[in-house]
Amino acid sequence: MNVSVPVVTLKIDGKDVSGRADETILDLARENKIHIPTLCFLEGLSGWGACRLCLVEIKGVNKLLPACVTRVAQGMEVSTTSERLQKYRRMIVQMLFSERNHVCSVCVSNGHCELQNLAVKLQITHIDIPYRYPTLPFDSSHDLFRLDHNRCILCTRCVRVCDEIEGAHTWDVSGRGVDSRVIIDLNQPWADSQTCTGCGKCVSICPTGALTRKGTGVAEMEKDIDFLPYLTRMRGSHR
Amino acid sequence: MTAEELDQIAEEERESTRKCRHRLHVCMAAGCLSLHSDQVKSSLEAQVKASGLESECRVKGVGCMGLCSAGPLVSVSSQDVTYKEVTPEDAPEIVQGLQAAKAVERLRCPTDVPFFTRQKRIVLENCGAIDPERIEEYIAADGYAALHKALATMTGAQTVEQVSRSGLRGRGGAGYPTGLKWGMVSKASGATKYVICNADEGDPGAFMDRSVLESDPHRVLEGMAIAAYAVGASQGYIYVRAEYPLAVKRLKTAIRQAERLGVLGNSIFGTPLNFKIDIRLGAGAFVCGEETALIASIEGLRGQPRPRPPFPAEAGLWDAPTLINNVETFANIPPIIRNGGDWYASIGTAKSKGTKTFALAGKINNTGLIEVPMGITLRDIIYDIGGGIPDGKKFKAVQTGGPSGGCIPEQFLDMPVDYDSLSKVGSIMGSGGMIIMDETSSMVDVARFFMEFCMSESCGKCVPCRVGTVHMHDLLRKIIERKASARDLALLEELCDMVKSTSLCGLGQSAPNPVLTTLRYFRHEYDELLVQDDGAGATGVAQSAKETVP
Repeated sequence: MNVSVPVVTLKIDGKDVSGRADETILDLARENKIHIPTLCFLEGLSGWGACRLCLVEIKGVNKLLPACVTRVAQGMEVSTTSERLQKYRRMIVQMLFSERNHVCSVCVSNGHCELQNLAVKLQITHIDIPYRYPTLPFDSSHDLFRLDHNRCILCTRCVRVCDEIEGAHTWDVSGRGVDSRVIIDLNQPWADSQTCTGCGKCVSICPTGALTRKGTGVAEMEKDIDFLPYLTRMRGSHR
Repeated sequence: MTAEELDQIAEEERESTRKCRHRLHVCMAAGCLSLHSDQVKSSLEAQVKASGLESECRVKGVGCMGLCSAGPLVSVSSQDVTYKEVTPEDAPEIVQGLQAAKAVERLRCPTDVPFFTRQKRIVLENCGAIDPERIEEYIAADGYAALHKALATMTGAQTVEQVSRSGLRGRGGAGYPTGLKWGMVSKASGATKYVICNADEGDPGAFMDRSVLESDPHRVLEGMAIAAYAVGASQGYIYVRAEYPLAVKRLKTAIRQAERLGVLGNSIFGTPLNFKIDIRLGAGAFVCGEETALIASIEGLRGQPRPRPPFPAEAGLWDAPTLINNVETFANIPPIIRNGGDWYASIGTAKSKGTKTFALAGKINNTGLIEVPMGITLRDIIYDIGGGIPDGKKFKAVQTGGPSGGCIPEQFLDMPVDYDSLSKVGSIMGSGGMIIMDETSSMVDVARFFMEFCMSESCGKCVPCRVGTVHMHDLLRKIIERKASARDLALLEELCDMVKSTSLCGLGQSAPNPVLTTLRYFRHEYDELLVQDDGAGATGVAQSAKETVP
């Protein structure tokens, strides 16, 4: 660990907090029990900054910045709960619901889904944006796991955990825009993958019902993401 | 290579030019080439040979002369005349005209018109005058003299100082002060630094950078080498889109020639400066024009942006400090170093210095490439230089800045063209595409076109841009199909605000601009297409959920 990193003090939602200059706003907020919603972020994986739910306002900066990848600085004044931010967060979650086919009532992750929990927390009761209802495939070729594109929110946690922790880089993203898909190897069925070790880390950290264990019924797919900080710690200073 | 050798090459080249009484310049840039100017050139060559004029007449291919709508263009130096719409069959008449010292009036393209006289050419000074495939011609036009001047008489810091004094701002669109950026990279700590030229010009209707690369590639190489000296880099990359095969070919030729003469490579001009330039081809993604996505693409990763900060000046290509500028920015550097920053700063307005190239397209008589001093009015560009709107139609709007810009209506035609004025009316300078629309254009359809572009070019990384552009496009289509109500329009405006404020990179942050400006100036066109509300109640996304979080 680099010992020369200075310690800084700043304000988050009016509260005085102190931290190391190499910490992110999200790190410090969590340390100080200030809740900032996240989806693509996962402790132990590299920052991605793509779901835009952790956007915060910083005094003197005219753009909203993602708390998960923005480093703290001396004298910063961060606001995490303004009305404007709440509105955008609700709209973004609605965007995700409208993008693909998230039907909670028949989903194996019902009740254990981060997207669903977030919607509950943001008190989203219904969606005004028209649903897109795209026709999407799923891959049940693997003996143990299943990939259902209908539930995928493209957070790329699976891509990052496979690359950064497992070291296999089985997952990646193909296509662009709304046609983006997570793919296995060179867009092959999961069972044919030459690189997948079958470790199941991707399934454990998937926030929704996109990656699940086979043999689970509705609402039976409970996930375990607690292994990740431990693994990261054991690997030392991996980044 | 020494200064004496450089002078010698220049002198020999000028001498051989002087020997030729007649010089025929045939435009060989993409616009005229598509009209078979290569056949015109070979036909002229054959005719010159047949007439026995080989010793005193030289036919050479040059870069873009600007007035693309009148191509293929041929200019004759001895008669000071330019011919337009030349066909291979016209060759005998043109060559006979040379012998008789009489121009072919039938083909004459008037050059005393505002299109030519009102331009101020700095970036384009050699375009249409030199053969882009011969380094000797560039050297004869004072080429690489600025690089030598910087290396021989200035320190890196003094070079940055001159660029700062010039007031040059990034020509890629955002207008970040170039000197400031150079200063940041030169001061950034790191043994390895990179210089990148962004030639991933992708705005619909924009072709300035392509023309510069096709017409005067050495100017960009020289600008990059000066930048490398100023910031302390030894490797450069030109990221150019693969859809520009001619530009790529000429760049490759130019790099090879520059390395052969020792103005690129190791120990440039006998100094410790080593600088090598490699070309990287884009694979057809618009978002790779965004600097962090471009860097990812050069690294061999998926071309998608990452959050800034850190900015590339601090941690760019392979995490090293990286200077990334656009083609036109680098093309401005040699004249700035040659003539000094103060000379450049004397052109233009208080906050926007120098000149800017624009590609005129759409409903305008003189389609083509122009360079004008900053601060000229839109009216001068469109009516004077551009020759007005064809078929006696009425002007409606001009779109600047491509899909990130906005539509500017008639009431702002007398506004000066500079970075700040354009952003004040909701548009941006952009890279220089100017699309002119007449009264027959539907502004809602224009907004839909650009939204479709952003939707299909979104990389898919962040949610607001990936999903928001799709919904905005669907709503615009619904409005055009006369199926939308006032509620839909309100939803569209909410989405515009959200996508603009929350997207990760410039593509998403500016994607709503065409909608926002058309709504601002042509709202009645939207209103006319709306149908009665079905009265279902709710008014928008945000209101549907409760306003507080426990």
